[in-house]
Amino acid sequence: MKPAHESSASVTATPVIAVKKKARKGRSWLGLIGLAIVLFWLAMALLGPSISPYDAGAIVDVDVFSGISSKFWLGTDYLGRDMLSRILFGTRYTIGLALAATLLACSVGTAIALFAALTGGWVDALISRVLDALISIPSKMFALLMVATFGSSVWLLILTAAITYMPGSYRIVRSLAVNIQTMEYVQAARARGEGALYITCVEMLPNMIGPVLADMGLRFVFVVLLLSGLSFLSLGVQPPDADWGSLVRENISGLGEGATAVIMPALAIAMLTIGVNLLIDNLRGKRARKD
Amino acid sequence: MNHSDKDKAHAPAALVEVSGLRVVASKDDGEDVVIVKDVDFSIARGEVLALIGESGSGKTTIALSLMGYARAGCHIAGGRIRIGQREVLSMDQAALEGMRGCDVAYIAQSAASAFNPARTLMEQVIESALNHKTMSRAAAQAKAIGLFRALALPDPEHIGARYPHQVSGGQLQRAMAAMALITDPELVILDEPTTALDVTTQIEVLRAFKNVVKEIGTTAVYVSHDLAVVAQMADRIIVLRDGSVREVGATAQILTAPVNAYTQSLLAAAVPAMSLPTVPVSSHAQETVQAAQQEPLLRIRGLIAGYGSPDSKGLPGVRILDDINLKIERGSTIGIIGESGSGKTTLARAVAGMIAPARGSIMLDGVPLSPTLAGRSREQFRRIQIVFQNADTALNPAHSIGRILSRPLAFYHGLSGQAMHKRTVELLDLVQLPANVINRLPGELSGGQKQRANLARALAAKPDLILCDEVTSALDTVVAAAILELLAELRRELQVSYMFISHDISTVRAICDDIVVLYAGRMVANRPREAMMAPPYHPYSHLLLSSVPALRQGWLEQVSGRTPEQLPPIGEVTESADICAFLPRCTMRIDGVCNTVPPRRRNMEHGGEILCHRSDADLQRMQLPLVPVEGVTI
Repeated sequence: MKPAHESSASVTATPVIAVKKKARKGRSWLGLIGLAIVLFWLAMALLGPSISPYDAGAIVDVDVFSGISSKFWLGTDYLGRDMLSRILFGTRYTIGLALAATLLACSVGTAIALFAALTGGWVDALISRVLDALISIPSKMFALLMVATFGSSVWLLILTAAITYMPGSYRIVRSLAVNIQTMEYVQAARARGEGALYITCVEMLPNMIGPVLADMGLRFVFVVLLLSGLSFLSLGVQPPDADWGSLVRENISGLGEGATAVIMPALAIAMLTIGVNLLIDNLRGKRARKD
Repeated sequence: MNHSDKDKAHAPAALVEVSGLRVVASKDDGEDVVIVKDVDFSIARGEVLALIGESGSGKTTIALSLMGYARAGCHIAGGRIRIGQREVLSMDQAALEGMRGCDVAYIAQSAASAFNPARTLMEQVIESALNHKTMSRAAAQAKAIGLFRALALPDPEHIGARYPHQVSGGQLQRAMAAMALITDPELVILDEPTTALDVTTQIEVLRAFKNVVKEIGTTAVYVSHDLAVVAQMADRIIVLRDGSVREVGATAQILTAPVNAYTQSLLAAAVPAMSLPTVPVSSHAQETVQAAQQEPLLRIRGLIAGYGSPDSKGLPGVRILDDINLKIERGSTIGIIGESGSGKTTLARAVAGMIAPARGSIMLDGVPLSPTLAGRSREQFRRIQIVFQNADTALNPAHSIGRILSRPLAFYHGLSGQAMHKRTVELLDLVQLPANVINRLPGELSGGQKQRANLARALAAKPDLILCDEVTSALDTVVAAAILELLAELRRELQVSYMFISHDISTVRAICDDIVVLYAGRMVANRPREAMMAPPYHPYSHLLLSSVPALRQGWLEQVSGRTPEQLPPIGEVTESADICAFLPRCTMRIDGVCNTVPPRRRNMEHGGEILCHRSDADLQRMQLPLVPVEGVTI
């Protein structure tokens, strides 16, 4: 090594070469598609009934299971009702119910989890075991029991879905909270004399919100699928109202004829779940990169 | 520089030749940063070359690139690396795999995470020899036993049958050296192999490494941030900073006549005691006179803490702290030293109220503190602040620095709005941070800056006592020295007291008035700093002092080390919880006394008290010839 070299090395600023990463760009592109799909369905849930061409319950065609036409964009169902209108009206049920159930499941799950993690000891063990027991009940069977006992209503569906998915949310938040609790910044807050509420809400929650949101998105998809499944078994939203799952069930007899009436609502379910998943994956990617 | 000529002179014989090495890291936003900039060096056969520098200087990156490896997110962008006949950078994956662990071996920092806990040491030590098919299983085992012996591992014939958790940290580190040496590699890379160890363990490991390297004549690259350690091991030193070479030279030249300014600053910082302004002893003396009339700031009496089911006396089954008695006067600093597991952190946490002690009392200004957090008042919380070891985890990553500092202001002092902002800026100024960090997240600050913010948060409360738990141990030497200086300055300005916890005796001696030595949860010595300058010491204090590597060559050979077999023999040890805990390692133990009678706390002539049977005169007589204890002199 020569002295000249040393001095030149010390004065040269860090060379920075900008390199575009294709893989990263691709991921955010998929995320945008997901976001577009989710925004589209949210808009439909809000505006659907006012922009739908026909009333959801009106029989507008003499022909049943008719195909795609300029009059009926998505064909008609087994009674000759316009499928587009029925799907638009159903959006509100599907998304509304799923959103309500998801929010309920996650907020209750998070609250119980934080309480359990912070209290620790036998309280934590008891809550955890009880909720583990709840996880072990098959979700469809549990829903069947609930509907058989209390009859089907919108509130009952929300409650059923929320109870089914709450323990999963609890598990995730608790494991996060147990880890974060041992971090020195939480210890520092404890040593400062802070109360439990401040520690959970200000010190802990902001550091677990990323995984919690991602989990919430996934749970939303599960709830949509559960509710659609229940509707398909006639346990969900009752006629004449219909969510997408019910639409698939009522038109199932048209499947042999290749009717669009059964395919379109199924496609809508697929599209929403894929859209939400794309969005979550992207959100998660962003968080992970930030960390 | 004359060494460049020397480089050329031995170039033909060089085993390793690196030229124009360039390593590039890709950042998250897609930009590339050069982390190793055109580094050239060569290593002669049988030479030990040290790469030294602070974190981020690229020393590990360079060491890894010798194996043709770059960590995830990095890649080797240019240069040449020749090891023997091999051009490392033009080798394909299969050839690299054949070379790694066979011709070039690597000894990592943490042996604990490098060993598979489910397999015996022997299986793992001979694994690379079997994988590379260099010898038969029986031959490899015989060779491993030879290496175990050379590395001074106890019971070399049978230690291989043990599992990693059944040997100590220092022994595991030596077993890893055996693992690396089993294939007779041409080049061994040691990456901070003793950094995670206690000083007393480090010295054993260093001695073993040194012997083996000398015996086998291995060529080695020794990566470290610690100049004193490197001085014992290396023939030549390369000083790195920001990925480029600052200075290359023989060890003696670097240590005694450094040319580069950065090397000089490293050397200066390696001796914190010298760089620190002396603490105003006079003001402290005044304080003690006053304190004679009033209660000390903090007094701990008979503190016992631990875990496990209680025994017949209602004491915890496993005691982390046993019978701790100490007091901290206003404006003074007490140092707590001891090796890992000695209960230092537990003591700080007990004072902060985070761990409830089983027995004993903690009094602040003569007022007993509640053992638990729930029983303490906000004012009591305010007066005792704790600064945690890792600034990385002690600052909430989701909160800005401004928010972190303003919380204690609002919480303890009820400040808000403009007044709070003003005070926050003052605090930043106090710890010498620029005011613009106020909106930044902790992740955007450097390690030293984070530690300053961590300290500022404690100061925000205007505390009387700050518990500093290893605040400098995660920092580079230069940064650590600056933090220590800051602590001393704050103490002068604000008259705060510190409980300064550290495993580093030279740091503690530099800034503390009183020094408490913990061993296995017991206070073996509690003495004023002046008394810790010359013998007599408690035997454990002496071991600690003499284990700190001195910043000169040849220290390792001089320092007296004794293997357990060389200790004075003792008879059966009486079963009692109060028998001296240091007995198994003590070089000054007395048969028939130490192993049967619990030691008593007694005062020493030169000040302070110790827990030892030996008299002052005895200790002095035995310890005086054992100096030099240098590198720690103030």
